[in-house]
Amino acid sequence: MSHILRIENLHVAVDGKAILRGVNLEMKFGETHAMMGPNGSGKSTLGLAIAGHPNYVITEGTITLDGEDITEWEADQRARAGIFMAFQRPVAIPGVKTADFLRHAATNVRRPDRKEGEDLIPMREFRKELKAKMSQLKIDTEFARRYVNDGFSGGEMKRAEILTMAMLSPKFSILDETDSGLDADAVKLASASIAEIGRDKMGLLIITHHDKLLEHNPPQFTHVMLGGRIVETGGAELARELHDHGYDRIRKTYPDAEAANQEMLAKEEAVAV
Amino acid sequence: MTTTISRNDLAGFNQAGFNQLLERRIDPVWITQARKDAWAAFESMGWPNPRDENWMRSDLRGFKLDRYQPIDESETQSVQNAPVRLIQGVDVGGSLRSENGVVTAESLDPKYAAQGVIFGSLSRCARDHAELVKKYLHSQIDIHVDRFAALQAAMWTDGYFLYVPKNVVVDKPLHIHAAMGDGKVDLTHVLIVLEEGAETTVLFESTSSNEDADGFHCGGLELVLNARSNLRFVGLQDWGSGTWHFAHKRASVGQDANLQWTIAAMGARFAQVDQRVALVGPGASSHVNGVMFTRDKQHLTYNTIQQHSAPHCTSDFLYKAVLQDRSRTVWRGMIKVDVGADKTDGYQRNDNLLLSDNARADSIPGLEIKADDVRCTHGSTSGRVDEELIFYAQSRGFTRVEAVRLIVTGFFQQIFDRVTIESVREALGVAIARQVRQYE
Ligand SMILES: Nc1ncnc2c1ncn2[C@@H]1O[C@H](COP(=O)(O)OP(=O)(O)O)[C@@H](O)[C@H]1O
Ligand SMILES: [Mg+2]
Repeated sequence: MSHILRIENLHVAVDGKAILRGVNLEMKFGETHAMMGPNGSGKSTLGLAIAGHPNYVITEGTITLDGEDITEWEADQRARAGIFMAFQRPVAIPGVKTADFLRHAATNVRRPDRKEGEDLIPMREFRKELKAKMSQLKIDTEFARRYVNDGFSGGEMKRAEILTMAMLSPKFSILDETDSGLDADAVKLASASIAEIGRDKMGLLIITHHDKLLEHNPPQFTHVMLGGRIVETGGAELARELHDHGYDRIRKTYPDAEAANQEMLAKEEAVAV
Repeated sequence: MTTTISRNDLAGFNQAGFNQLLERRIDPVWITQARKDAWAAFESMGWPNPRDENWMRSDLRGFKLDRYQPIDESETQSVQNAPVRLIQGVDVGGSLRSENGVVTAESLDPKYAAQGVIFGSLSRCARDHAELVKKYLHSQIDIHVDRFAALQAAMWTDGYFLYVPKNVVVDKPLHIHAAMGDGKVDLTHVLIVLEEGAETTVLFESTSSNEDADGFHCGGLELVLNARSNLRFVGLQDWGSGTWHFAHKRASVGQDANLQWTIAAMGARFAQVDQRVALVGPGASSHVNGVMFTRDKQHLTYNTIQQHSAPHCTSDFLYKAVLQDRSRTVWRGMIKVDVGADKTDGYQRNDNLLLSDNARADSIPGLEIKADDVRCTHGSTSGRVDEELIFYAQSRGFTRVEAVRLIVTGFFQQIFDRVTIESVREALGVAIARQVRQYE
């Protein structure tokens, strides 16, 4: 299979505030990319813009999937076309059982032309598959009956997101800090799970600050985001460098991007006050 | 057309119309007298005062009583196409059907009849079982409370009477369907009496011949639970979207008796429902589950009272509403604890989910406590549906309307968890899904 996700000159604004200022990125099916960068540099924004969050307005540039321009598509169309994002802070949907949610989601994603009201994947077949995936990811089966992300611990939420990714088998996955808030063992498990589910089976864009999540997922490419732009791209060694030494070198090398980053942070504080 | 002729012959809801009703009916004398008293009460009262607390948020301006004609119950009533939803796949123990407020079909499993269960037309039972009906009819509802209560007591055309004798268990659900034609009226009364230790389930639904049917429903409902009896009562109101719905609903729960009451409101353009559950014997308990789902310019008002008159009683009311378009709901909750009703455990909650900026949900909880050592809690929430939830579901492949439907279903789940009858959960789920609009 050969699929390509191409981001060209992407500009994104939230509430009229410019955040991404010309991001270029090309990912092929089967590749692993790491996306690093200091807080507030725009990593999550990139992911949410690709996933189609309505508040993240694309003001310039394009996103294409296998040559098709998906820039204007609704989030659900993108999901059905094979785009997935594991969120940093997934929301809870009270009263909706995880199994029911995943069954409906998997049906829609696997049958992109399904009309509303048409049959879902047969219950037995789905249960069997879900159970298998849950045991593969070492997730307790009791999980399926709990409401979507409702009352989940940080670790449980992240694992639920990986389970969702496993059930939807997307072409491209963006994992937004799937390691944050997890202890060392949990990060190891997450890293191994991502490798098991995703490696060579999709394109992976792993947003992270650390190299732990990359342990089982050595990236072919590492990108550094600063001030809403990708300022540098390298291989696995770049991820290691940033993990060991932080972003000082990057900040000094790209003063304009650093200034933009500081400006965004300042606005953020002004809003927070 | 024969309907045109009979319309011209019939007077409206006025003195002449009332006289005609008395003439054509074959009621026992005590009922005729009760009707006359109620009519006098109706005549002496004005329409509800907009300054009255229970009515101040209700806009009655569009309601014109003289647009409707009383039903001639001596004529054959026939309402086509009014859907039945609550008993898909259910083996019922008996059923009643009314058309335009006149019972047209009655059935009861002979094994229950052999045990003394009575289930039938209220007009007929008032003649055949006069002592029983006389004892309980309008025993709970104060006909002077407003003009609608008085009108209903004076001019009710028929209704549904259920009597379950001491310690008899009716293990299959009993079904009642009230059907109303476009532009017609339904003045019915539900009277259910459970003697000591009796047990049953009643599924009640009211629907119209077409979705946008006009109509006037003015109803009464009385549930009498004697000691240690157990009643599950489900009511689904799904009148056509042009219907005016007025009802007084009362329950009286005796010692250690238990009432589980699910009340779902989907239809009608306007509804004003006064609901009171009185806990009259020690250890009585009642759970009320309310579901409202509104659209267009619907305006539904529920005034609920949990009346604790005896010690050690429990009441638990949970009302959830989802509102779309320009619709409006008003929910008033009041826990009243009388002197001596110590160790009361009262709970009430109303949660509202707004799917539109133009919808409005008013929630007015209240407590009136005159006893000691009680535990009463209440709360309410109202909020716009969270766009982040919609995005999350969309990012997993749900269309926007599927996402909204999912969130709405999840919102009602807490109620479904409390409804112990599977067919009812399913019917409500379907009714709710149907109600969600296609959004752009
Ligand atoms: N929903 C939002 N509303 C307002 N500002 C936002 C929103 N999302 C992101 N931003 C702003 O965009 C900038 C980049 O944020 P983000 O993409 O979350 O960075 P990162 O993921 O790299 O930490 C920050 O200054 C942040 O305040
Ligand atoms: Mg982030």
